[in-house]
Amino acid sequence: MAISRGEVLHVARLARLELSDAEVERFREQLSAILEAVGKVAELDLSGVEPTAHPLELSNVWAEDEPQPSLDAGEALASAPDREGHFFRVPPA
Amino acid sequence: MTIDTLRLTAEEAAGLLERGELSAAELHAAYRAAIEERNGELNAYLTLVERVEGAGVPIALKDVISTRGVETTAGSKILAGYRPVFDSTVAARCRAAGFPLLGKTNMDEFAMGSSTENSAYGPTRNPWDTTRVPGGSSGGSAAAVSAGLAPWALGSDTGGSVKQPAALCGIVGLRPTYGTVSRYGIVAFASSLDQVGPMTKTVRDCALLYRAIAGRDPRDSTTVDLPEPVELPERDDLRGVRIGVPRELNEAEGIEPGVSAAVSRALDLARELGAEVAACELPRSVEYGLACYYLIAPSEASSNLARYDGVRFGLRAGGDGDARRMYEQTRREGFGDEPKRRIMLGTYALSAGYYEAYYGQAQKVRTLIRQEFAAALERFDVLVSPTSPTVAFPLGAKTANPLAMYLSDVLAIPPNMAGLPGLSIPCGLSEGLPVGLQLVGAQFAENVLFRVGHALERAVGFDVVPRRLA
Repeated sequence: MAISRGEVLHVARLARLELSDAEVERFREQLSAILEAVGKVAELDLSGVEPTAHPLELSNVWAEDEPQPSLDAGEALASAPDREGHFFRVPPA
Repeated sequence: MTIDTLRLTAEEAAGLLERGELSAAELHAAYRAAIEERNGELNAYLTLVERVEGAGVPIALKDVISTRGVETTAGSKILAGYRPVFDSTVAARCRAAGFPLLGKTNMDEFAMGSSTENSAYGPTRNPWDTTRVPGGSSGGSAAAVSAGLAPWALGSDTGGSVKQPAALCGIVGLRPTYGTVSRYGIVAFASSLDQVGPMTKTVRDCALLYRAIAGRDPRDSTTVDLPEPVELPERDDLRGVRIGVPRELNEAEGIEPGVSAAVSRALDLARELGAEVAACELPRSVEYGLACYYLIAPSEASSNLARYDGVRFGLRAGGDGDARRMYEQTRREGFGDEPKRRIMLGTYALSAGYYEAYYGQAQKVRTLIRQEFAAALERFDVLVSPTSPTVAFPLGAKTANPLAMYLSDVLAIPPNMAGLPGLSIPCGLSEGLPVGLQLVGAQFAENVLFRVGHALERAVGFDVVPRRLA
């Protein structure tokens, strides 16, 4: 299934990826080929089959509501590219 | 004492330490010397650790595993210089077990790849032939163990990333049952598939390391307690073991004749050891497994990799513009081609109008795969096939064609979709390069895999030292 240049740009916008013109064309070709291959799943009639989201059948995993040691603000901010006091600093939205 | 790191197993190393014939610092230094000698040509390590912390057998960790204070990049430029302020649970368990950290190993960026060529820090080379890839994405860990640069290592396996490089480097690799090893602090790729696993020279070493890292972790609610303790395999026979040989996993297009021949010889040995061997079928798991994986894993990745936005950690680019420009430029500069491709593929598969046809359908295919494997594993204790259709391929052979690279995991992926454990052991050479044998068991049947793997390992008598280095 071939996808268009417009679709590549739309998906890149959704994913917050800036692409060069050369990348748009390269990804258009590669994603078309990959989608063609993975589109194979459409061949199967799977009405009535339940989806699997997770390989183990776990449900309602509870934990005691007890305080545990955690990072202090300084540690949590230690890897930030930019900060101000106890805040992450970002450009205006 | 001269230590031959090419041959020494972790179990033997532990024995030397216990008997006081060697100190942990001396053992660590022997591996450091081997690294000094051979890492230049192999590029197996991204970061080396000088301090010797712990009195046990040292270990190498894939760079996807968060280590407190030690740079953790996941092979990506977007995490260059990132030093986690916390340990992953597996790193903490290695620390608690007294395994000094040797360093962090190279990998395909965010564990996306089958050759370690997608690393932002240059490819790792195969110790058997440095013009060839070590497999991936845990290629650094595989090469380190194979070339005697670590007695054992941890990798991670989402779609074959422990099993396949183990096969291509002639070592043992276990992808454990999903949920038996904590993912806390593992840089996330596809959360319903990611599992950390041991990479070792022998099956017994593999069992020892699995024992050290497995078990429920309150910090990862998808983990469970092991139903039985990990047993170190002893027996050399396979009496009473039922081995299934799925036709589709053994006759898939693209399997090299030399790979099939090595697997056939291993099956002959299994019969001689007393196993019952019979053919079986997995008609849809192999035909649709790869497609199912390449919808589910990129979808999960597109969500997990949303966190790299230049705010809390890692690279920031374009900070002079507005927030949106900053996100887009950070991700443009920080991600390599493969993460970009998978983020786009996953975003597409999850987007309005396509969700049911792609992601929803793939989740249903996953149910079929689980059912097929469950039915086969009622009749058999283990299912056997090649781990990879080919031996190690030349660097650059598949980099221009993502689909060709993806096919490298066509045999490793189907059992992963079902959450099943898989053990790869070397079973011979083809064209002078190692061939891996994949043993798949029921969920939580690691002890069965260790028993079968150990007996076959003895019978095959594979020499794990790369001929070039022997």
